[in-house]
Amino acid sequence: MNDLLSVVDWSRAQFALTAMYHWLFVPLTLGLSVIVGIMETIYLRTGDKKWLNTTKFWMSIFGINFAVGVATGIILEFEFGTNWSNYSWFVGDIFGAPLAIEGLLAFFMEATFIAIMFFGWNKVSKRAHLAATWLTALGTTLSAFWILVANAWMQYPVGMEFDPAQMRNVMDNFWAVAFSPMAINKFFHTIFSGWALGGIMVMGICGWFLLKKSNIDMAIRSTKVGIWVAFVGMLLTMAFGHGSAQLVSKTQPMKLAAMEGLYNGEQGTEFVAFGLLNSQDNIKNGENPFIFKIGIPNMLSFLCNSDFNSFVPGINDIISGKSYDSDNSEISSVSYSERIKIGKTAHEALREYDKAFVAHDEAAMAQANNKLKENFKYFGYGYLDSPEEAVPNVPITFYSFHLMIILGCYLFALIILTGFFVYRTDVMQKSKLMQWLVILAIPVVWVCSESGWVTAEVGRQPWIIQDLMPAKAAISAITAGQVQTTFWIFAVLFTGFLIAEVGILINFIRKQSKLNIDNL
Amino acid sequence: MKHVGLFRKIINFYIDGFKSMTLGKPLWIMIILKVLLLIVLMKVLFFPDFLGNKFDNDDERSSYVRHSLGGEFHN
Repeated sequence: MNDLLSVVDWSRAQFALTAMYHWLFVPLTLGLSVIVGIMETIYLRTGDKKWLNTTKFWMSIFGINFAVGVATGIILEFEFGTNWSNYSWFVGDIFGAPLAIEGLLAFFMEATFIAIMFFGWNKVSKRAHLAATWLTALGTTLSAFWILVANAWMQYPVGMEFDPAQMRNVMDNFWAVAFSPMAINKFFHTIFSGWALGGIMVMGICGWFLLKKSNIDMAIRSTKVGIWVAFVGMLLTMAFGHGSAQLVSKTQPMKLAAMEGLYNGEQGTEFVAFGLLNSQDNIKNGENPFIFKIGIPNMLSFLCNSDFNSFVPGINDIISGKSYDSDNSEISSVSYSERIKIGKTAHEALREYDKAFVAHDEAAMAQANNKLKENFKYFGYGYLDSPEEAVPNVPITFYSFHLMIILGCYLFALIILTGFFVYRTDVMQKSKLMQWLVILAIPVVWVCSESGWVTAEVGRQPWIIQDLMPAKAAISAITAGQVQTTFWIFAVLFTGFLIAEVGILINFIRKQSKLNIDNL
Repeated sequence: MKHVGLFRKIINFYIDGFKSMTLGKPLWIMIILKVLLLIVLMKVLFFPDFLGNKFDNDDERSSYVRHSLGGEFHN
């Protein structure tokens, strides 16, 4: 059992490492593709060659990021096949279908239009080139959509039925999978966060140009586009983030409770804006979950249920199946002990189905299948040894969520401030403080973006598929040593690649800063 | 005038494009290294398709997963 848990932990660590490395490139591709599209559109409308050169500069940054991001996502698929084979089988075509569509889109749309975008400047008309640029942006966005559909299904499994004969889930409603509310919210939240990241990256690089007093006109011109994309992106990220959180409160209440460090719910629950958690041992002994906190009264209730006095269940309430409606009358949901019993009944039904299958007893098979269907909703709980096993790592979920919120608010304020200085004054050209703030915003926005994913993925543990399969059941029969070896190889390779990639990018920007980009 | 086929035009489009890339060398080294190390080497040496390699057909795969999901963790 210890080795099993060790394999699970190492496999999760490896997947997290790979996904976080992959996520360094994806949001910048999403954001910069739109920014480049806007700049080229301005060029086509104005005919001003300065906008053409500005577009080409940012297109080169986009190209570098796109090229160095190659092959980072496919490793995740290797890991599914090797480390998570039970999961890969169990999800059947539900996971495979969106990934296959993504693969086709990525190959045909992105490969075709990116080639025209980079190689077609003097070979196709201006309008055809602009169309290729926007279609590249559309292609990258659609690719992200299908990946997020797959991820959303793991958090909110819909549109399928479990087939005990194949021991896998079968998709019975493609549209329910593709357009589940979780997928839609996750998609927009992620896409717009990519816009915000792209815009802030543009602001930051321009800040460096301003600091070096190089290409000032180009930097100010680009900053203005970057600010608008970052502003709209951040605003919509917040809006869809709120939508996602509301959905999480209904479909993954345990995750929401962990995000807020909420152990015991109440009517009119406060939103903890900032806090320091007590140690887990002290919390188990009944001490206050927080050493220190700044809370906004009733806000979590409002954010979750649009009602300042509504009840938001905490971790202990969810485990015991206790909740209250808006009239303060107690309503019971299914306690985790009960869910474990139901899950074990589902497993029992599966074994009865197998026995009936071997005996060719179709009536018994149908009976077992019905029993399985009735209890399948909590199938995954049958693998848990105790209700407490269904609680995610609260400190990681809490701190990553709050880091995302705090940094997101800081960046939003910085975007507005930069916008004011760029449009109303010449402070951006003169103030080294502002220039450094936007330069330093580059690593900050990446930390913010990665924190969002840490919240989403750590907060749903132990589930690889919400309520249906915990990570420990999804793992392959491999040894922890095997996974540790590849984890460290990846850690070394990713670090080396990242240093080289950032080096290529910085080198390119430095070289360009010595030129007059507007007059190229 | 010699007729140039669409396929040839597309090939020439890519060849001309790659030739005129100013940032090409370090990027291509990076891409080739990544493809060789991450995709070819890591996939071949460390990431076999667990069920694909271990079993010949889907029936065997499904039996194995059934056993490991129904038996190993739930005796």
